[in-house]
Amino acid sequence: MTQIAETAQPAADTTDTGGAYVDLFSKFDGLIEQRRALLSTGITDPFNLVMEKVVSPTVAICNGRETILLGTYNYMGMTFDPDVIAAGKLALDEFGSGTTGSRVLNGTYAGHRAVEDALREFYDMDHAMVFSTGYQANLGVISTMAGKGDYIVLDIDSHASIWDGCKMGDAEVVPFKHNDIDAMEKRLRRIPAGAGKLVVLEGVYSMLGDIAPLKEMIAVAKAHGAMVLVDEAHSMGFIGPNGRGVAEDQGVLDQVDFVIGTFSKSVGTVGGFCVSNHPKFEILRLVCRPYVFTASLPPSVVHTAATSIRKLMHAGDKRAHLWANSRTLHAGLIALGFKLGTETPQSAIISVIMPDLERGAMMWEALLHEGLYVNLARPPATPAGMTLLRCSLCAEHSADQVQTIIGMFERAGKAVGIIG
Amino acid sequence: MDRAETAGRIAALLEPFNKKGIALTDNTTFAGDLEWDSLTVMDFVAAIEDEFDIIISMNQQAEIETYGQLIDAVIKLKG
Repeated sequence: MTQIAETAQPAADTTDTGGAYVDLFSKFDGLIEQRRALLSTGITDPFNLVMEKVVSPTVAICNGRETILLGTYNYMGMTFDPDVIAAGKLALDEFGSGTTGSRVLNGTYAGHRAVEDALREFYDMDHAMVFSTGYQANLGVISTMAGKGDYIVLDIDSHASIWDGCKMGDAEVVPFKHNDIDAMEKRLRRIPAGAGKLVVLEGVYSMLGDIAPLKEMIAVAKAHGAMVLVDEAHSMGFIGPNGRGVAEDQGVLDQVDFVIGTFSKSVGTVGGFCVSNHPKFEILRLVCRPYVFTASLPPSVVHTAATSIRKLMHAGDKRAHLWANSRTLHAGLIALGFKLGTETPQSAIISVIMPDLERGAMMWEALLHEGLYVNLARPPATPAGMTLLRCSLCAEHSADQVQTIIGMFERAGKAVGIIG
Repeated sequence: MDRAETAGRIAALLEPFNKKGIALTDNTTFAGDLEWDSLTVMDFVAAIEDEFDIIISMNQQAEIETYGQLIDAVIKLKG
């Protein structure tokens, strides 16, 4: 009856098969057939694109063609920042290519401390803990904090890493309808007295690019005695006066108990983190298994991240330009007649809703032939079974590039028949 | 709680989600017979929770595959 059950159920065969061979892959037959049917139309595989050369944060060579990148999470364009690159090269020379160990054993180098210091300053919080990926940050913090008898109340459109954190832990998991404050309140109200409560929200929901009403939701969560975790993966560096995210923008960051974030978006490398003012926070380093039982990030990664985070503290001009890009593209696509995921530009993500997977894939391919890369997103990643062309803007996209992109959407949309 | 009365209230809530008009028995399954996807499940569970003022966590939902099991779960959760 649950999402989890639904995705993992070939019809149970109760007949006695004795020692007969059962192919464990038969559960994927539906997906294999859907994929075969799509590719048999001769369309380029949208999930197998190779970037042969990366020219800049906004341009790569794909299939030999120069392509504008509008489907990366490189929101602040830090991947080719000269200071960031230099920090990584120096760290490779001074600390080697990898740590070959866990953070709690031989895997904490000066750079890991340096990037945690940078995060504490960036968020103005007491504690910062760096994981090897953002996925592991959610997996580890959620599954470790909420235990047996506790309740996790979360938005139904939460990222897979949040769901997997719930599934890995022993808490009771209670989802509510996306961004629905009343639905959240009702569930919190019904939780038995005395139970621990964790509310999990995201600042920006990455599929449609919409933001959460965190101010109202956090007030409700606090009124019910819940602790609050907010994933700000898609807002860091960009949203809020200091780029701390949607909670900062709405003036409620001091009410958030745990902020989860990532280095693989605005920071421009890879890694994940949690920052907090909780006085007992540091104990997580000993009890959080996705932190303990994996190798720490390579020195070059933590040094590039630390340098990038410190530069993001002073990136007001880039933030302003990125907002301008988001507004221009949103207005341009609306004017062309495309159906978008949000009525107003709320983040650096603008999602174009496609009528179905087949035409979504055709539109994706037509854009690629124009020289534009966007993300094709489809269920189960997307809400309500939608097929989306997800555009994410970069502070390094020039105003001219944004106009070029709008022209590409117009030609491709007319060719495929998405717009008139 | 009276089982027949509870079943009646659940059946009334289920009706708008029963698009194919499947006849309900205690053995009717949500995923198989009613062919519900995860969004339908969420909306239906919310309706049940509001009607009976209970929480059915996803952990509990995983144990509920049939209409009959749902009726019994609701009665148990109401206490």
